[in-house]
Order: sequence, then C-alpha cells, then structure tokens
Amino acid sequence: MRILEGEKVSKYFGGLRALSNVDFHIDQGEIVGLIGPNGAGKTTLFNLISGALVTKRGVIRFKDKKITGLKPYQICRLGVARTFQSVKIFANMPVLENVLLSSFFGMSTSASSSDATRAAIESLEFLNLSETRATPARDLTLANQKRLEVARALATNPEILLLDELMAGLTHTEVTEAMELITKLRDKGITIFMIEHVMKAIMSICDRIMVLHHGEKIAEGTPTEVCNSKKVVEVYLGE
Amino acid sequence: MNIATFAKRFWGQGLILILLILLATFPLYTMPLFGSDYPLIFLQAIIMFVILTVSWAFFSGPTGYISLAPAAFFGIGIYTTAVVGKSLPLLATVAAGGVVSFIIALLVGAVTLRLKGIFFAVFTFGLVVLIKELLLFWEITVTGTRGRFVLLVDNDTIYYIIFGILILTLLTTYFIRRSKFGMAMQSIGENEEAAAHMGVNVTLVKVITFAISAIFMGAAGAIMATKWTYVDPYVAFDIRMSFLPVLMAIFGGVGTYYGPILGSVVFSYLEELLLTKFPYYYMLTFGIILVVVILYLPGGVASLIERLRQRLQKGGLTGKHANT
Repeated sequence: MRILEGEKVSKYFGGLRALSNVDFHIDQGEIVGLIGPNGAGKTTLFNLISGALVTKRGVIRFKDKKITGLKPYQICRLGVARTFQSVKIFANMPVLENVLLSSFFGMSTSASSSDATRAAIESLEFLNLSETRATPARDLTLANQKRLEVARALATNPEILLLDELMAGLTHTEVTEAMELITKLRDKGITIFMIEHVMKAIMSICDRIMVLHHGEKIAEGTPTEVCNSKKVVEVYLGE
Repeated sequence: MNIATFAKRFWGQGLILILLILLATFPLYTMPLFGSDYPLIFLQAIIMFVILTVSWAFFSGPTGYISLAPAAFFGIGIYTTAVVGKSLPLLATVAAGGVVSFIIALLVGAVTLRLKGIFFAVFTFGLVVLIKELLLFWEITVTGTRGRFVLLVDNDTIYYIIFGILILTLLTTYFIRRSKFGMAMQSIGENEEAAAHMGVNVTLVKVITFAISAIFMGAAGAIMATKWTYVDPYVAFDIRMSFLPVLMAIFGGVGTYYGPILGSVVFSYLEELLLTKFPYYYMLTFGIILVVVILYLPGGVASLIERLRQRLQKGGLTGKHANT
C-alpha cells in the first residue's frame, strides 16, 4: 500500500529551480533512501512533505489524502514526523520536556496528560535516553541530540518518519548504532524515508533508493541497481 | 511527615499568604498607621506596574517575541473607561477594558505574529502610535471632542480592584505557564520551526497568549483611568508604558516566574525613592543602577536570589543535624 506519494512536485525559489516534476512513492513498511549531491533538492523535498515549504505545483498525498497546503502541525498530527539536518532541539528545555511536548501536541488525537507522559517515557526508553531525561537538551552530545530528535518525532506516534541526514557528523560506532536504530524503527511498523550521505548505511539498510540531481529524479531502484546506473556514477564521479 | 519537614515545606507559602492578606486589607490601616493616603496611592502604582510587567513577561519571556504594545493595551483600557465609564458599573467597566484589549490583541496578533524578531517589536511600537492617532482623528472629525472627563472613584475602591486584577494576573499566568501551553510557548521561543513540526499550532498559541496578556493590561488601564479627571489620546497612549514593563522585567529577570514581580516592585520603589530623595540626581543614579544590573546580573535581580538560595541549601545540607 502506498503511504506517501508525490506527483509532479516542483518548487522554485525565485528563478532557481529547486525541484522540478518529481514523482515519487513510498510503500508502507519500506525503508527508502534519498541521495544526491549537495543542492540536489533533497531537503527541499522533505520541507515540502512536512509543510515547512509550500508549493502550488504538484500534489503530495499521505494515505490518499492530499497534504499539500496543510500546515506543519496538521501534517504532523496526521502521522508524518521528521528530524532536521541541523539539529533543532529545544536546547534549554530538559530532555523529557522536549519529548513531552511532541506527545502532548503531535498525536492524532489530543492526548491526556498520563498518556502523553507514558508515550514520552516510552520513546526515551526506545532511544536509550532515559538516563538523561532531566538534563537540558543543550548538554547532550551530538549523537544524543540526534537521538533526541528521533525520540521527539517518535513520540508523535508517526506512521512515516522523515530522517534528514541522521548520521552526518557521527563516528563509525555511532553510525552502526544509528543503522540498528532505523531497522528497529521499521520493525516497529514505521515507514522510513531518509536522506543520507553515508553510503555504507544507505546501501545496507535501504529497500529502495531515489537519486536527485539538480532538482530532478535521475534514478530509482534497489541499492545495486542504483550503484550500477551509469547516470548516477556520472553525477557523482564525473564522466 | 513530621512537623519540621512540614514547616520547612510550607513556610514559603505561608509567608506569601500572610503577605497577600496584609496587602488585601491594606486600605483598612493606611489612614491610622500613616496618617495619609500616600502609601495607598504609591502601592496602587506599584501593583499597576507588577500587572503590566508580569503580563508582558508571560508572553514575551518564553516566546521571545518582544512586544512593545503594553502602552497600546493599557491605553485601550483607559479609553474604554473614558467612553463607557459613566454608563456602566465600575466592575463592568474594568471587565470591558480587559475584553476590548483582548479582542484588539487577537486581531493585531493574527496579523503581526507572523513577523519575526525586531520586526514584531517595531510593529507593536507602531501600534501604540497608530491607535493614538486613529483615536485623535476620530475624536476631532467624528465626535468633535478633544478629550473626555472620567468619573472619579475613591482610592480604597481603586486599590481593591487593582489588587483583584493582580491576583487574577498572577494565578492565570502561573497556571498557563505550568500547563502544556506553557511548554508550547517555551518551545516556540526555543525553536519555532521545530515546535510547528511537533504538532504545535504555533500561530494559535502565540495569538491566544498574546491576547490573554492584553486582558490584564487593559483591565489595569481601565481602573487606573479613574485616577485622572481628564483623558485624551495623548494621556492614554504614553509610550513610556511600553518600555517600563520591558525594563522592569529584564531588571528582575525573565527566566523565573517571580523575576518580573521582583523587578517591577524594586524598580518602581527605587524610582519613587530616588525621585523624592534626590530629585536632581534621580535620572543619573537610576541610569547607573540599571547599567550595573544589566552588566553584572544578566539574569536580573532574581538570579541574585537564586544564587543566595543555592548557597543556603548547600549550607543547609552540612548543618542538617544541627537544625533537626
């Protein structure tokens, strides 16, 4: 079943074409990777899905419901959660409150105080952050701040999770942990759509990969198919 | 729970309760005790500033949206009294001042809270001037009046009403800050984009809390208007009323709940003291004190108390056996 799909999605910043006529779909339970050189339009696509940016060209549907034009908080409550490329935690709030906020406001039905607290604590446990719950979020390590972003997204009880460069800036061990985390999330029943530059991770955990270049989709397929695509090799390595 | 820990836990609340009762009954013994109404009038002014500062800090503190609109809402309250004060009972007039401010804040907020940072501050500043000029234009061309006479109310009644508004302000802001909406306000100040993506309807939260803060400013204006016999737009919309609450809040410290209360009390007391004791050096001394506080106590006067409390707690831990 298609959980998320886009039809002819385009976005212009003034005269700059950030995305043009991108068609995509994501099936329930998949892990889909989104790759491409810098400036290819990957984060723009995420911003359009999550409602941070609005476009009049093209349609994005979540479970057959049109979500283009909705506000970010509405899209979040429908079941689409995301993390950010540059960490956007609530730095001066304790870890627990970071997560509580999203379980209070982000779930599809308005949560009671005890339900929200339970959801927040569960998602902190899932991310192994329970011990830091009283720490102000700014005092966490980068890896833990990124985990906190995932915990926060998870507390909104999402059906699909958009991960924007979760592994950028992490050490080898941390990357391995992050990969395990993503498979664990999928086993929980959450569909994953991820932007990533760490090829090792992309190749080993993604079911399918999409490649963007200059705002256009130039390739799509299983990791091996994408690796062997002439076009992709040209884009990354030159002719 | 033994008596010692019970007393330890509740002596703070008890002290606040006694202070509140003393304040609530203040008009009963001002005359016999001081022989004049001056302390009562002085206290009215302090309470007015506490209301303005606390409601300003309630919105601008956590969200980080610096509003320079207090003078606008305070003035709207004043003008409400000038217009309907003679035809409505006093309490209804005060409530009307709050309601009119609330409605105007809702409208203004819906339009302007999309503005970020300095643009929002500048716009709210402009709002004060805009409303003043609009009213002036209206009075001159439509109603043909230049100013209005306001009904007079005795000092005791004014005191009781403004004290009531103070209690309402303190309770409302306290409980909202502790609720999930308080958390939402904080998250907006920390990172608005992330808050929106976590399901917070940021526009709604900002507009509603901005409007709630305007209720108390408007109500305070409505009751304080009865202290003047004559009101015109120049009197009602005094831009000082926008800057003073901001200064007082920063002076006291916006990071804590009691910081703005402390700041406005100390600040207005200091102002009065310096003005009467050193009329020639008043501005100079006042300026120096402000500069010193901003430079050496970035967390405001409240941070001084916070530091003191931490030191006491540390001392309390080592001297535990001696105490119990």
